[in-house]
Amino acid sequence: MRRAVLVVAALAIAGCRAEVRDDYLGDKAPKDYGLGRPASAAEISAVDIDVSPNGTGLPAGSGTPEQGATVFASTCASCHGKNGEGIPPLYPQLVGGPKGAFNFATDHKIPRTIGNYWPYATTLFDYIRRAMPLTAPGSLTPDQTYAVAAYLLNREGLLPAGATLDAHSLPAIQMPARSHFVPDDRRGSTGGANVR
Amino acid sequence: MADSPLISRRTLIAGAAVAAGGVLLTNLPGAEAQQGAATPVAPPPVAPADPTKAPGAPTTAVGQRSPFVQPQRAPVGEITGTSLTPLQDLTGTITPADLHFTRIHAGVPTIDPAKHTLLIHGLVEHPLEFTVDSLKRFPAVTRVHFVECSGNGRAAYRTPKPEMTPQQVDGMTSNSEWTGVPLSVLFHQAGVKPEAKWFLAEGGDASLLDRSIPVSKAMDDALVVWAQNGEPLRPEQGFPIRLLVPGYEGNANVKWLRRIKLGAEPFMTRWETSKYTDPLPNDKIRMFSFEMDAKSIITSPAYPERLTGPGWWPIRGLAWSGRGRINRVEVSTDGGKTWLGAELLTALSPKAHVRFEHMWQWDGNETLLMSRATDDQGYVQPTMAQLKAVRGPGTDYHFNSIRAWRVARDGVVTFEANT
Repeated sequence: MRRAVLVVAALAIAGCRAEVRDDYLGDKAPKDYGLGRPASAAEISAVDIDVSPNGTGLPAGSGTPEQGATVFASTCASCHGKNGEGIPPLYPQLVGGPKGAFNFATDHKIPRTIGNYWPYATTLFDYIRRAMPLTAPGSLTPDQTYAVAAYLLNREGLLPAGATLDAHSLPAIQMPARSHFVPDDRRGSTGGANVR
Repeated sequence: MADSPLISRRTLIAGAAVAAGGVLLTNLPGAEAQQGAATPVAPPPVAPADPTKAPGAPTTAVGQRSPFVQPQRAPVGEITGTSLTPLQDLTGTITPADLHFTRIHAGVPTIDPAKHTLLIHGLVEHPLEFTVDSLKRFPAVTRVHFVECSGNGRAAYRTPKPEMTPQQVDGMTSNSEWTGVPLSVLFHQAGVKPEAKWFLAEGGDASLLDRSIPVSKAMDDALVVWAQNGEPLRPEQGFPIRLLVPGYEGNANVKWLRRIKLGAEPFMTRWETSKYTDPLPNDKIRMFSFEMDAKSIITSPAYPERLTGPGWWPIRGLAWSGRGRINRVEVSTDGGKTWLGAELLTALSPKAHVRFEHMWQWDGNETLLMSRATDDQGYVQPTMAQLKAVRGPGTDYHFNSIRAWRVARDGVVTFEANT
């Protein structure tokens, strides 16, 4: 009986080994295959469009809320509404969500807008530049992008009228929701009544 | 042939222009509102009385499903849209590639694989650009993994209806055999600097979707894949290449992958800040909640099936965990009072769907059927009440509660949201 168990166990191990090839998955010292072409600085900068919370990646240029209001009316309002109220759920509300009480966990209908939910102002520039407007992404100039971001931040009370938004002032804006964000703490949960 | 990408692009632009003008908006209802509105299907053809008495159809270049079988993804929306896998129509664990769920944010791009490249740069010794062909020259790994949207199950939570199919309840999970190169191999080639702790993965669609992912995931089991179920990726699954981060929420499996940038800190993109984050009752918002916790759903009996009478009925379904293997699936045929072990019919691959079955002798009385998965981390799929209590009713990503089906005395099966 014990021998039979051992044989079955050995077969099971052999079976596992034969089933998938693990050698290259998570390999800590893989070979150099000499593949890939060195990318030049110019090639990288042509697509290196992301913006980090510390402002890395922000281009030269600037815009004011007043300039942004014009761009928003002509470019963004058709989907996001004249006042950024959106057409949910496809075209989200951008501004004007309730501030103060933080009840997102108890009521899913509370609009999550830039001023009450977004933790970093830089994300605004990054997202507008890469994905907006939906029908012509990448069509706004850096100045127009700063201006639209300035307009939305102004509407949320986070940038005074007439202020200039640029690579220096944008990352300095403290977003109200920033301190609420915490890393995932579910690991180790056993689920059931102990779900996190 | 050469015209077809142009035509589809024109169609897309035309659709986009209409959307911009606002005319199409009435035809673009909210994804959540109209999930499962399938395209009308043609009635099945009449089969010959005796197919052995006359020759059948000729050979064809590409096979098709039987006209008696018409599974559909039930698409919603256009350039921003969703389509759901018809879980109730599928068997085993592999999702046919054309039925894999989709979530798109700016349409499905038409990409020439000969022109597509992957750039790896940032905190690396050697910034490198890879052609798709050069990626295929690396040692390849073939793995079965599920991809599940972290919003899967949300419609069933927010707007539950008895008349919901498994597709409408949980159709944003799909399971495929993927082939690609481990990201760790590419990172070694580029020489990742020790201070690099995160990487940004960016797609080459019109939304340039981007997510920050820990470098440790790349060194564990992340892949850059080019094939799905034995063939090149479908366009809506990321052709020619996509990132696969096994067990992570679907949005992080960036399709049409064009750029990876290594950095010391997360990049805080829109998707990982304003979208895929989880508000909690303690005034905190959980972010980078990548792993999809253990979950299961009975796919039969389920709405719109009707049991024709008492007797033996197989209870079949799918279970999966983003943290490892499924260890156990239990089934309850009495609304959760008692639980019985189900048979696990397929290979227990980590971070993959497993098919379970339990033979049930129905006595003809009304009852509730449920399934409950346990993974190799000891995590037990919670009830809806347990999830709601700890997460708050406003949070609905990662909604992996036990799902139930009510069997009425007349054999009609309907969805029951509260568990």
